[in-house]
Amino acid sequence: MRALVWHGKEDIRCDTVTDPEIEQPRDAIVKVTSCAICGSDLHLFHNFIPAMLPGDIMGHEMMGEVVEVGPEARGKLKKGDRVVVPFTIICGECDQCKRGNFSVCQTTNRKKDLADKVFGHATAGLFGYTHLTGGYPGGQAEYLRVPFADATHIKVPDGIPDEKVLFLGDIFPTGWQAAVQCDIQPTDTVAIWGCGPVGQMAIRSAILLGAKQVIAIDHLPERLEMAEAGGAITINFDEESVVERLNELTGGEGPEKCIDAIGMEAHVSPSMPDTVYDRAKQMLGAESDRPHVLREMIYVCRPAGVISIPGVYGGLVDKIPMGQLMNKGLTIRTGQTHVNRWTDDLLRRIEEGQIDPSFVITHTVSLDEGPEMYKVFRDKQDSCIKVVLKP
Amino acid sequence: MTYYISNIARSKGDPKVIHSGPSSLGTVDRLAKALGWYSIGLGIAELVAAERITRALGMEGKEALVRAYGVRELGHGIMSLSPDKQLGLWSRVAGDGLDIATLMTAMRHDNPKRDNVGIALAVVLGVTLLDIIGAQGVTARHSRPRGRPRSYRNRTGFPQGVQAARGAAKDFQVPPDMRAAPSLAAVSDRAPQERVRSH
Repeated sequence: MRALVWHGKEDIRCDTVTDPEIEQPRDAIVKVTSCAICGSDLHLFHNFIPAMLPGDIMGHEMMGEVVEVGPEARGKLKKGDRVVVPFTIICGECDQCKRGNFSVCQTTNRKKDLADKVFGHATAGLFGYTHLTGGYPGGQAEYLRVPFADATHIKVPDGIPDEKVLFLGDIFPTGWQAAVQCDIQPTDTVAIWGCGPVGQMAIRSAILLGAKQVIAIDHLPERLEMAEAGGAITINFDEESVVERLNELTGGEGPEKCIDAIGMEAHVSPSMPDTVYDRAKQMLGAESDRPHVLREMIYVCRPAGVISIPGVYGGLVDKIPMGQLMNKGLTIRTGQTHVNRWTDDLLRRIEEGQIDPSFVITHTVSLDEGPEMYKVFRDKQDSCIKVVLKP
Repeated sequence: MTYYISNIARSKGDPKVIHSGPSSLGTVDRLAKALGWYSIGLGIAELVAAERITRALGMEGKEALVRAYGVRELGHGIMSLSPDKQLGLWSRVAGDGLDIATLMTAMRHDNPKRDNVGIALAVVLGVTLLDIIGAQGVTARHSRPRGRPRSYRNRTGFPQGVQAARGAAKDFQVPPDMRAAPSLAAVSDRAPQERVRSH
């Protein structure tokens, strides 16, 4: 089969690889009908997150048709079922899964020893996201083996186009959880840094959850325009001070809720000297992440407010203002998304027409064009916001 | 070869590469990578063999300068190998200018190693040409083209419109483990004294 394979820094290739095989009784094989390039794939593209190996298949946002089912998954899945595959692999049986903390499932990370050493305690297995999370082959491929498939799936009905439900596997529940863990009240201003795909979903989620105002921060005109279309007030950080504008929009109090939809690769600009400092340290390997957004959120957030971090961080950050964070009594909530905790509800909202996540798709191409689209997406060329691949 | 080694970390049923296809790396990206490693190599050489270099060029006494250039080359190399390779390659072009200017000072008639300096100058000029080609290439390949971006003005994501969407999910119950503590809204609409009385 064909698959997008990581060969090294910025080197993704559309390779011919062997087909996946059922290994465990709970496995299933899915024929991928649609998959997407996620913003967090770019951290792997840049090799900023350790433990990728040449030959690893990329992709953690995919859906398709079940074509083979292991004997212990047959009660829940059958050939022909149409499923979205969540990026978190879950057993559904461990203590964390029973609490709904699916992204820290205690069972599915098959490289547990490695993950225990790096994280202290292993987190769930993830598709296509380094050997720290199990080294599972990803879904930017024609076929995908889904481990623990009896639990790791979201059944979707026929008749809804792939484009409307594909993002149930990652960016929609990720934006939703980012907003949910803010515990949005009708009086709240929610500020969202980053208008990439997760930021766009967080904006829509905050609107649906009834925030008084949603403010979106970016510098790319097309992304700001899409944010504005979704009901957000926008701030272009190339043109105005984020802190001043946020204070102006909140009567000098600051937003109650702040969402970091950027993560470890904040934009670098001489007008924000800390970003240049971070970039230099990152190049030298002295810091893995560029946490400009975290610093800005901690500074501007209203005291006793909430900071929600769906953006991916990989390792070590520097110069985090703990004094501000502690004295202002801020709550930080973060984590990979507990996808299956939200998907029944979100699928219903899609079916009822409350939201149509396909709005974010700007490019639909074949799998063969995937390597080039990684470049286009990374360089933000051709107004690219979200790429869907058709294997 | 690397696949065979990394396949050790894979299970039996994991897909393995049979045949490699086209890459996201363009020719200029590969050139940038090669020049980056060249910078690293040259930088290390300048740091560890400064005396031999100055002796070969008849520039004795300039060892500290050569070592400083070595550090500079390492910087160029690291930047050229990073996602900010444009910056790295353009910094190399600037560094080439500095190298040429420094070598020119050694092209004196009384320098017995003048021939070596000439060879070094020719090499630097050749590399400068590659650097300029590479820097222009990666800038063209990775820059956002100027002009108006596409319009996404109608991409609301809300089939029933933004106004209908505001608060449409108010039926959603935030799970207890995700509530903000204390809830700002729960306490901010009443003065603290009133809350005490109500207890």
